[in-house]
Amino acid sequence: MSNNRSPRTSAPPDPSTGPWAFLAQRWELVTLGVLAIAPLVIPALGGALGGQVTNLFIYCILALALNVMVGYTGLVHLGIASFFGIGAYVLAILTVPMYPFQIGFLAAAVIAVLVTAGTGLALGAPTLRLRGDYLAIVTLGFGEVVKVTLRNLEQITGGMKGLNPVPPPGAGVTLGGIDLGKEFAIDPRWFYYLALLSLAGVVLAMRRLENSRLGRALVAVREDELAAQAMGISATKVKLAAFAMSSAVAGLAGCLYAASLSTTADPNAYDFNRSIMVLCAVILGGLGSIPGTLLGVAILVGFDTVLAPWADSWIQQMNVNPKGLSYLSFSGWRLAIFGVALVLVMRYRPEGLIPSRRLAAELHEGGAGS
Amino acid sequence: MSFQFLLQQCLIGLTNGALIALVALGYTMVYGIIGLINFAHGDLIMLGACLALSLVGALGMTAAGPATTWVGIGGLVLICGLFCGLLNVAVDRIVYKPLRNAPKLAPLVSAIGVSFIFMNVGLFWLGPADKSFPELLPSTNLLHNDALQFTWKDLLVVLIVGPLMVALSVLVKGTKLGKAMRAVSQDPTAAALVGVDVDRVIAATFFIGGFLGGAASVIYGLYINTIGFQMGFQNGLYAFTAAVLGGIGSIPGAVLGGLVIGLVRALASAYVGERWTGAIVFAILIVILVFRPEGLLGRRVKEKV
Repeated sequence: MSNNRSPRTSAPPDPSTGPWAFLAQRWELVTLGVLAIAPLVIPALGGALGGQVTNLFIYCILALALNVMVGYTGLVHLGIASFFGIGAYVLAILTVPMYPFQIGFLAAAVIAVLVTAGTGLALGAPTLRLRGDYLAIVTLGFGEVVKVTLRNLEQITGGMKGLNPVPPPGAGVTLGGIDLGKEFAIDPRWFYYLALLSLAGVVLAMRRLENSRLGRALVAVREDELAAQAMGISATKVKLAAFAMSSAVAGLAGCLYAASLSTTADPNAYDFNRSIMVLCAVILGGLGSIPGTLLGVAILVGFDTVLAPWADSWIQQMNVNPKGLSYLSFSGWRLAIFGVALVLVMRYRPEGLIPSRRLAAELHEGGAGS
Repeated sequence: MSFQFLLQQCLIGLTNGALIALVALGYTMVYGIIGLINFAHGDLIMLGACLALSLVGALGMTAAGPATTWVGIGGLVLICGLFCGLLNVAVDRIVYKPLRNAPKLAPLVSAIGVSFIFMNVGLFWLGPADKSFPELLPSTNLLHNDALQFTWKDLLVVLIVGPLMVALSVLVKGTKLGKAMRAVSQDPTAAALVGVDVDRVIAATFFIGGFLGGAASVIYGLYINTIGFQMGFQNGLYAFTAAVLGGIGSIPGAVLGGLVIGLVRALASAYVGERWTGAIVFAILIVILVFRPEGLLGRRVKEKV
């Protein structure tokens, strides 16, 4: 099927030649290097901006988690935010002073990731035989159930207040005369590096996954489940693995989120809107493509934190909107802009901005889809 | 918790269920015919409710006498039905039709996009806060019974939903268009081969689903009395659950599913607590999909090779 790649004139130039070859092939390393040096050069990253960029990294991790399900395996997942939330809450329960555990960030994060992976398996196991769109609805329903449960179990989750304060990583740990907990609390650059390191780890893991036996099996199941089974791949095992990996990585993102905010925030932070925004990022950037997913998140987060505030303040300066009408402000159009973007991308470039080669071939095949 | 109380809750549940069923029909018909979960359907109904609210204000219906009010409500149902129906057809024509042969993910994601666009329109129309929909009908009890309430509003739901359902089943079972719709939902290619204009049938389906949704939006405003730009998601989800419960693609199934979901919601609110209702309904949805994915009245679909 995938040999049938339709020729596209707009395909990116072959990266194996030309002066940019090194940059194109090693974009991860180059980006990582730039991002690692940035806080040392740009002082603003030690302030509020640092927190925003950290957030961006966390969303990148979450989007990569979703990409395992939707991109590689072709399982539409509309409840990724619930795993994000479970990770955040498990971490919080294991570390906040309210509970007797207080086992520290690292151990709590490991447990949280295991718990989310287990939850993913528990959701995945009974729902494996569902066809694509039914699975989408089950994950959506699961997300709602988790949100409502988090909100209503006030004795355990603190209800709408959430759980706080989540202590910073390394609280009480002294390394070479530096109190790590204090450093994390004072300087956002510590979180910046923690999130960057985690993201780099996840990207590396995803790269390895893509080229592994399991990764190829995921793609095979996406392209044609029956054919994959005929080739001796156990679709059950492969899909369960996708569920577990995706949930675990989303849980990791949740841990970082709760720790960096020092609270779980209220359960509405883990609702359908978040799931769908992450899905938008993955689709916009390119399903099954790591650089695409990262770019998609950067565009969406950039829209919310850079473009929209900038355009709003520009409109305010132009003084065209003295009454504060929502349709004369830029951010008032947020939903419509995302909506139109989704529709246009699906119509004209379903493989996303930076397509994964394998998926682009499938999407342009037309006719019988998955 | 007397028997009377239980009876009252069942009555509330069935009335709500009739409303849910009307919305569920829109999901189930579109799914039955092109296999698309129309995520934008709930938001389409939200827009219908916006139009109804604007019309009530513009026509000064709050000051009308009882007879005029009933005529006015009939007019609202018709106008909002046409509005939602035509809007649904337009969306199908512009957004979904070019994606007919694309992989299933494409129309699904586009529907989410359309839902966003509708929500943004609703946000401009209504503003960010919920708006109250005026009470056009007196809330006097029609039953001579203190413990059991059945008001004009409840009667309204029955009076609108009942005839619409009858009309729909006559349309689907008795007319040429209905036959064509059933043919297309079974096999579009074969239907086209025997001379059915598939695109026209699909457009008609979108129109009918949208019309029923428009009628539902008027009832929703008059019955629930609060509308907001985010109402589409939650209500759409309940209705979709009803459609799946009944067996998606099956018209009697959607009605049955709507009534069951209405009952479950009412009883869960009364006996477990309002705030758990959503979780209970969706937990039921998951359980049904896992153990009986074809729903109560649906046919089991063989996996196509």
